[in-house]
Amino acid sequence: MANWLADFPHLDSELLRALKKTIDEGFRAFTRAYGDAIESFFDPLHFFLVHAERFMTETPWPIILGLVALVSWLASRNWKIVVSAVAILLAIGFLDMWEDTMKTISMIFVCTVLSILVGIPIGIAMARSNRMQKIVNPILDVMQTMPSFVYLIPVVMLLGIGKVPGLIAVVIYAIPPVIRLTNLGIRLVDKDVLEAADAFGASPWQRLTKVQMPLALPTIMAGINQTIMMALAMVVIASMIGVQGLGQPVLKAIANQYFTLGIFNGLAIVGIAIIFDRVSQAYGKRLQKHLEVVHG
Amino acid sequence: MAEATPGLGIEIRHLYKVFGRDPVGHVELAKQGISKTELNEKYGHVLGLRDISISMPAGGIQVIMGLSGSGKSTLIRHINRLIEPTAGEVLIGGQDVVKMDDQALREFRRHQTAMVFQKFALLPHRTVLENTVFGLEIQGKPRSMQEQAARYWIERVGLKGFEDSYPNQLSGGMQQRVGLARALANDAPILLMDEAYSALDPLIRVDMQTVLLDLQKEIRKTIVFITHDLDEALRLGDRIAILRDGEVIQQGSSQEIVLNPADEYIANFVKEVNRGRVVQVEAIMQPLSAGVTPNVTATAGTTLEEAMSLLSAAQSYELAVVDDNGSRLGMVDMQGIMAAISRSETPRPAAKPTLVKHVG
Repeated sequence: MANWLADFPHLDSELLRALKKTIDEGFRAFTRAYGDAIESFFDPLHFFLVHAERFMTETPWPIILGLVALVSWLASRNWKIVVSAVAILLAIGFLDMWEDTMKTISMIFVCTVLSILVGIPIGIAMARSNRMQKIVNPILDVMQTMPSFVYLIPVVMLLGIGKVPGLIAVVIYAIPPVIRLTNLGIRLVDKDVLEAADAFGASPWQRLTKVQMPLALPTIMAGINQTIMMALAMVVIASMIGVQGLGQPVLKAIANQYFTLGIFNGLAIVGIAIIFDRVSQAYGKRLQKHLEVVHG
Repeated sequence: MAEATPGLGIEIRHLYKVFGRDPVGHVELAKQGISKTELNEKYGHVLGLRDISISMPAGGIQVIMGLSGSGKSTLIRHINRLIEPTAGEVLIGGQDVVKMDDQALREFRRHQTAMVFQKFALLPHRTVLENTVFGLEIQGKPRSMQEQAARYWIERVGLKGFEDSYPNQLSGGMQQRVGLARALANDAPILLMDEAYSALDPLIRVDMQTVLLDLQKEIRKTIVFITHDLDEALRLGDRIAILRDGEVIQQGSSQEIVLNPADEYIANFVKEVNRGRVVQVEAIMQPLSAGVTPNVTATAGTTLEEAMSLLSAAQSYELAVVDDNGSRLGMVDMQGIMAAISRSETPRPAAKPTLVKHVG
C-alpha cells in the first residue's frame, strides 16, 4: 500500500516542532513583557477575593450561620429551604470542614458576582445585534468545550499560581450560561409589549431597564443558577493552581488514596451546591409569581 | 385632571407604504397604479398602503375600517411612526411626523399620542397602578403626579379597587380598561386605538364602546379607532374611512356610508346594518305639509329607531323635525320610517355574505 494512504500526510516533524517552539517563545516573551502589567490590572480582583475570604473565615461561625439563614429566607420565603441550608452547614462544621467550606463559598461568591458583572452586559449586547450574537456564540462554545486544563496553562504562565488565576479559570468556565440566557431572555420579550414601550416614547435605555430586563429576569436567574453550579464543579480543578478550599483536600485524597477524606469533602461541595441551587431557584420562582396567578 | 388637553387634527397626505428589499425604488410603480398582485408577483414587493389621504378633524372619533390585510393596522402605525412610510406626509399640529429625528419623534410620542393595543400589551410584572403610570414615568413626571393621574383614570375606567392586581389576575375586558387608563393618563391630544376591542367578548365590547363614548364627551381627544367590525365603526365613528387592499375606498359619516355605499364591496358590508340606528330623521324628512301639525317633535340628529319609539310612546303617526332652536324643519311619518328601515332588508341575498363578522 502506498505510504500516504497508511499514514496521514502531515506536516514535517521538524517544521511542526519549530512552529510550536515559535508560538511558545512568542507567548513567553509576551508574558515577560506584560505579565506584571496584567497582574496589576487584576489587583482589584485580588483585593476583593482576599477580603471576601477574610470575612467568611474570620467572622464567628454562628454569625455566618445566621447570615446564611437570613439570605435563604429573604430569597426563598420558604422555611424548609432555610432549615436544610442550616442543617447542611452544621453537618459540614461538625465534620471539621468549616474553614475550607467558607473559603470555597467566598470563592464561588466572587466568581458569581464577576460573571454577572461581565456576563449580563455581554448578553445585552448580543441581544441587541445579530452580528454580535454570531461573533460571541462560537467563542462561548469554545469556552464551554475546551478542556479547562488547557486554558489553565496560559493563565498560569501569565499570572502564576494563586487566587486570581484560579478565579479567572473558573469564570471562563462558568460565565457562558449567564451570557446565553441573558441574550435569550431579552430576545424572548413579547414584541407587543416592546411596541407599546416605543409608542409611549421610551428611549433605548428606558426600554432596556423598564421592559426588557424585568421581563428577562427569570431567564437570567436560571442562567445565574447554572453559572453557580458550573463554578462549583471547577473547585477541584482550580485547587490545582492554588485556590484554597474544599478542592485541596480532594486533591490530596486523590494523590494518597484517602477514600473517606475525598468522600467527605466531595459531599461538602454537593451540600453547598444544594444550598445555592435551592435558594437561587426559589428566588427565580418568586420573581415569576405574578405570572402564576391566572384569571379563572 | 378634569381639564384634559383637547385634540389635535391629523392630516395624512398621499401616504404610501411598500414592504420589501427596496421600497423606495418601487414606490413609483405604486404611484403609477400597478396592481397589488402584479407588484408582488413581478417585483416581489408588497403594497401596504397606496395614496392614503385622510383629514381627521380635532376632537372627533375617526374610525378606520377594513378586513384583515386591508392595511388598517399599518396605517395607524404611521401616525406615530411605529412604521416608517415609504412616501407621503403625516401632519399633526403643522408638524410632519415623517421628518422628525429620533429625539423629536420620542418627544412627540411621549406628549402628543397615546396608544391602546389589540393584545393589550400590558407589562405582566407590573400591577395595574404601575402599568397605568408607565407613560408618565417615561415622560419623567414626578412620582406623586404619576400616581395621582393614574388613580384618577383607573377610577374613571371602572377599575377602582384593582390598583394592586397583576394583569394576569384580570379578565380581558378589565385588562383593556387598564390599557385605556394607561393611554388616558398620558393626557395626549391624540388617542390611537388599534383594534382595541377586537379581542373582547361581544357584550364586553359594547360595554367598552360606551365607556369610550362617555369619556369622549368630556375629553374631546382626537381618537383614531381601528376596527374590522362595521357595527362598532358605525357606533363610534364621527367619520369613517373604509380601507381595502391598502386603499381608501370610501370616507364619510356613518349615515353617508350606509345610504350611499361607494361600491358593491361596501354595499355588501352595509346590507346587514340596522339602518334604524344609523340613519337620522332629517335624511328622510319631507316638507311640512299645510294642515298637518304633528304634536311630537324630535331634534335633527335623532335616529329613526329613536323616532319610532317616540312615536309609539305618543301613539302618534307623524313627528316634526326641529333644529336646536326649536324651529320646524320638516316632518317624518311612520310609513316613511318603515320604508327607510326596511330598504336594508330587501332584497335579501340568497346566501348570507360572509364579509362581516357580525357581532352584538
